[in-house]
Amino acid sequence: MSGTGLNGNKRFAAPQRLLHWLMAGCIVTMLFVGVGMVSTVAPKYLTLFQIHKTLGIAILVLAVIRLALRFVYTAPGLPRDMPVPMRLAAELSQYIFYALMLGMPLLGWAALSSASHPVVLFGGVHLLAILPVNPNTYALLRSAHVYLGFTFFALILMHVAGLMFHKLVRKDGVFEAMAPVVTENQERELEAKNA
Amino acid sequence: MSVAGGGRGSSPVGALAAIAAVVVVAAGAFAYTAGWLTPQRLTPEKLVGAVQPKTGGVPGHRRNHATGICITGEFTANGNGTELSKASLLKAGTYPVVGRLNLGGGDPHLADAMAQVRGFGIRITGPDGQEWRSAMIDAPFFAAQTPALFYQFLTAAGSKDPNAVKEYLGAHPETLRFIGWVKGHPRTESWTEDRFNSLNSFVFEDANGGKHTVRWSLIPANTPVALTADELKNSNPEFLQQDIVKRVGAGPQKWELVVTVANPGDPTADPTQAWPADRRTVDVGTLTAEKVEDEADGPCREINYDPTVLPVGITTSDDGFPAARSAAYRVSFDRRTAEEKAYPHTAGGQQ
Repeated sequence: MSGTGLNGNKRFAAPQRLLHWLMAGCIVTMLFVGVGMVSTVAPKYLTLFQIHKTLGIAILVLAVIRLALRFVYTAPGLPRDMPVPMRLAAELSQYIFYALMLGMPLLGWAALSSASHPVVLFGGVHLLAILPVNPNTYALLRSAHVYLGFTFFALILMHVAGLMFHKLVRKDGVFEAMAPVVTENQERELEAKNA
Repeated sequence: MSVAGGGRGSSPVGALAAIAAVVVVAAGAFAYTAGWLTPQRLTPEKLVGAVQPKTGGVPGHRRNHATGICITGEFTANGNGTELSKASLLKAGTYPVVGRLNLGGGDPHLADAMAQVRGFGIRITGPDGQEWRSAMIDAPFFAAQTPALFYQFLTAAGSKDPNAVKEYLGAHPETLRFIGWVKGHPRTESWTEDRFNSLNSFVFEDANGGKHTVRWSLIPANTPVALTADELKNSNPEFLQQDIVKRVGAGPQKWELVVTVANPGDPTADPTQAWPADRRTVDVGTLTAEKVEDEADGPCREINYDPTVLPVGITTSDDGFPAARSAAYRVSFDRRTAEEKAYPHTAGGQQ
């Protein structure tokens, strides 16, 4: 595989980098809100749930845009000297992240629909139900939403650890491909990646 | 410019330690947020655990108010509520209702005479899809001032130490007053003779942005007839169910939905305190029960009567109970839907 990707880019395109970091903030917030809101009976439960629903739909919309950008701009390639297992993990993780970014909001929306719980966002925006009411469906979707949520957080931790490994140990320019800005020093690491 | 961890080829120990530290701190923050590091946090699971029977609740059934029967009908708003709230469901008109008349307690086969509390859950749906759900009971005030105190009381009542509940009640006369009501109030012969109260306060917002803290009640059109102690003792275990089937079969049964407006300074956050009787009330419409169906395959079974499902124009107030009830009802709903196989449907119903 070429070190500069199919389109010859060394880095992700600026709109891709912007969406990545924006969504990283949203998704981490979302996971904390989700696990926090179900742990309490305090009045903040209602506010957190409202944030969870609204932010979830926002993430779904951003994920669709991001997927489209991915087809437009594609992705820069991985360093040539990356071991095969690491390369496989890196590529597989991208598919899983896209599936979770699109799937988690849809699972949540579908679960509430099947529980006949109205999905009302901030500002009184009322979303239509996307599934008929059914307790078995709800139980299944709810479990999937919960366990995939934990999976998502675990994968984000691995993602952060992996990128820190690229940045601090391998210094191979993989982090720089998605870094918001590139310093002179990071430019050198990008050169190393593509050497 | 230097880079953390030194140049390529230097020892990676520092870098690996930094990676481990980031992962541990992030995982720790997540665990803290989830409540895994704070066992004293009042979770909805704890609240449901304290409310449901010690045996853990009957699989497939609601963890409280487990006995119930579905009614369908309509709410006819007379329009008088619009001066208090811009909620579309208060504009003059007729809106469909799915309700559930029920008995307090976690036993789905409770003998009707044994019920300490009777309840009525309603869901009113507007043409725009907005919903107003409310779960009311026949008590005129509640057993505890806050969800945390309610949990303390239930824990004391369930404790093996007989002094625990005595101590709690000694410090909480409002709970003792509720117990007095449970033991002493007259039992009527019919749900259609009972008054059901929201107990919790909510905020109505009018079209000009004015806010009014209110509670509401369903007041029966039928005159209450109290059963004597003997009549109650010898009553059929399902006399309330039989009564509602018979009465609704003979004709629609009605309640007036009456909203009580708090005066400034009234205890809006404390459902153990009824507001003085001279407070302004507004009759906002009539609720009519037109059809009764067994819960087994009736339309109320899949409904979680979450009191925080409210139309635009009605919100929660400084009363902490609706949020706690919403969280606890969710846990009850999650459990019973996961136990769906254990719920006995009738032959003609869905799987």
